[in-house]
Amino acid sequence: MTRKLYITTALLLSLTFAPVTFARDSFNVCWSIYVGWMPWGYAENAGIIDKWADKYDIDINVVQINDYIESINQYTAGQYDACVMTNMDALTIPAAGGVDSTALIVGDFSNGNDGVVLKGKDSLSDIEGQRVNLVELSVSHYMLARALETVGMSERDITVVNTSDADMVSAYTSDDVTAVATWNPLLSEITSMPDSHLVFDSSRIPGEIIDLMVVNTDVLEANPKLGKALTGAWYEVMTAMQGEGEDAVQVRKELADASGTDLEGYDSQLDSTRMFYDPAKAVEFVNSPELQETMQKVAEFSFEHGLLGEGAPDATFIGVETPTGTYGNSGNTQLRFIPDYMQMAADGAL
Amino acid sequence: MKKLINQQPGIVSRWALGLLPFLVIAVIYTAASNARLEENPNDKLLPSSTAMVEAMQRMAFEPSKRTGDYVLWTDTAASLQRLAIGVGLAALAGLVFGIANGAIPLFRAGFSPLITGISLVPPMAILPVLFIAFGLEELAKVMLIFIGITPFIIRDLQLRTMEIPEEQIIKMQTLGANTWQIIVRLVWPQIMPRLISAVRLSLGSAWLFLIAAEAIAATDGLGYRIFLVRRYLAMDVILPYVLWITLLAFVIDFLLNRYSRWRYPWFHGRAS
Repeated sequence: MTRKLYITTALLLSLTFAPVTFARDSFNVCWSIYVGWMPWGYAENAGIIDKWADKYDIDINVVQINDYIESINQYTAGQYDACVMTNMDALTIPAAGGVDSTALIVGDFSNGNDGVVLKGKDSLSDIEGQRVNLVELSVSHYMLARALETVGMSERDITVVNTSDADMVSAYTSDDVTAVATWNPLLSEITSMPDSHLVFDSSRIPGEIIDLMVVNTDVLEANPKLGKALTGAWYEVMTAMQGEGEDAVQVRKELADASGTDLEGYDSQLDSTRMFYDPAKAVEFVNSPELQETMQKVAEFSFEHGLLGEGAPDATFIGVETPTGTYGNSGNTQLRFIPDYMQMAADGAL
Repeated sequence: MKKLINQQPGIVSRWALGLLPFLVIAVIYTAASNARLEENPNDKLLPSSTAMVEAMQRMAFEPSKRTGDYVLWTDTAASLQRLAIGVGLAALAGLVFGIANGAIPLFRAGFSPLITGISLVPPMAILPVLFIAFGLEELAKVMLIFIGITPFIIRDLQLRTMEIPEEQIIKMQTLGANTWQIIVRLVWPQIMPRLISAVRLSLGSAWLFLIAAEAIAATDGLGYRIFLVRRYLAMDVILPYVLWITLLAFVIDFLLNRYSRWRYPWFHGRAS
């Protein structure tokens, strides 16, 4: 009797907690609000996701999550098969957590969408000795570290104050806050306030803050259909939203609406985002040797801030695979950049 | 055979029954954690107990790489200081306004509606206003705790003051006491243990406001650390921090209770 109970309990527990990966036909994908990710919401609402899912005879459930970090945590915990995130967060959250992840689509990189703003001062070197409000350990933090490098300073010359992104704009109105590092749409809100000076932005480090659609590697390998359907849907929206045609403007209006701004506001955010509308351009970006250098910088920053986990003896602990080679420990590859699916889109093979 | 409702646990079985649920939770957690770790040794969601102990040893006894601080202790000191100032000010204001409201009808007529009104404002909803009024530094964190719990303490003490038997007040007046003497010699001593129990009840909310304030903008503190490491899902730090906060809250509550029993035994004698 007791023995039976033990065995049943053990079985139930292992069923409940063991992540299962094999071929299946229903998938969950999550995304959060950001200029370069809005197309996912549009693809879901306009039925484009369903159209492509039907083509490959699978179900894809696309969910919007309000809290960006929470969405990545949920993905890492195995609740979602794919999720949008930046290259740095992909390395420090799922990859450092042992969830082998593949960057299926490189959607864009920040080209001015992230910036450092000073109140009352107009030169980056004036930041010395100030308290800088930012979301600590985020891409803003990384960008600030890169910004400080350009003027020969380091984080020791300033004090970092962790501030939640939801409170950033109202925090900036307080007299205590004299310097912030943040991203759009918060950034444009803050720079539009009087006496604010944008002293550094991500267009000075182009290609280092990359926005990705990340898929669990095991799931993708067992279900290439998922990769094909997502990639197909994405580039359909990419084609639909670019240009000045009436239809394209209408699509961007919907994207603007969904992100809480108007067409003009959304277009200005797009201006500081290098979108890869053309899959061939994204393939070229992934195949370039610079990607590996960027991931090295990101890995080194992450290691210095203790983001690679305690088991990590140095920045090369986690292997990052790119088409031009692997950075770090190839025995522990947890993050992969592959051009395969984007190449299929470029070839019209989806 | 005794009926079930009449069976009393002995001292041993009471402890055993009390500990059992904790034990069950620990066993379930360990089983779940082992199952996940077997699948993926780097899993961060349900860390093993050794991982948590190691993380805590690192936080408590090794200086941080970036700042050279012993993180756990600086966090604890920062949080306890904010909590002590916030709750202390709230208790002081509660005592003064609670007694004045309860004992002096003219004062009550002027202030009670205001306090009731303020107590209905959810402090978290006026956060952006608090930033502008008090900035983002220590003052704002203390003020969030203060605004969060003071109205409750005032209203509670006002009611307790009004519960003081009329006969006692009349007797003091027949003996020639003036208002000030009645407040200092009659009301104040009777209200003190009630202040302590009001503070004990509001400590839960005080912790909530403290953690919320530290989540918004901070450079140290227990809440700050939890929201910081949440960025990379470091459950091996978050779970022990939560246990540590629970332990601190328990110790504070326990000490207040002991103090109250030692200082005002008459109050507890009647209550139990």
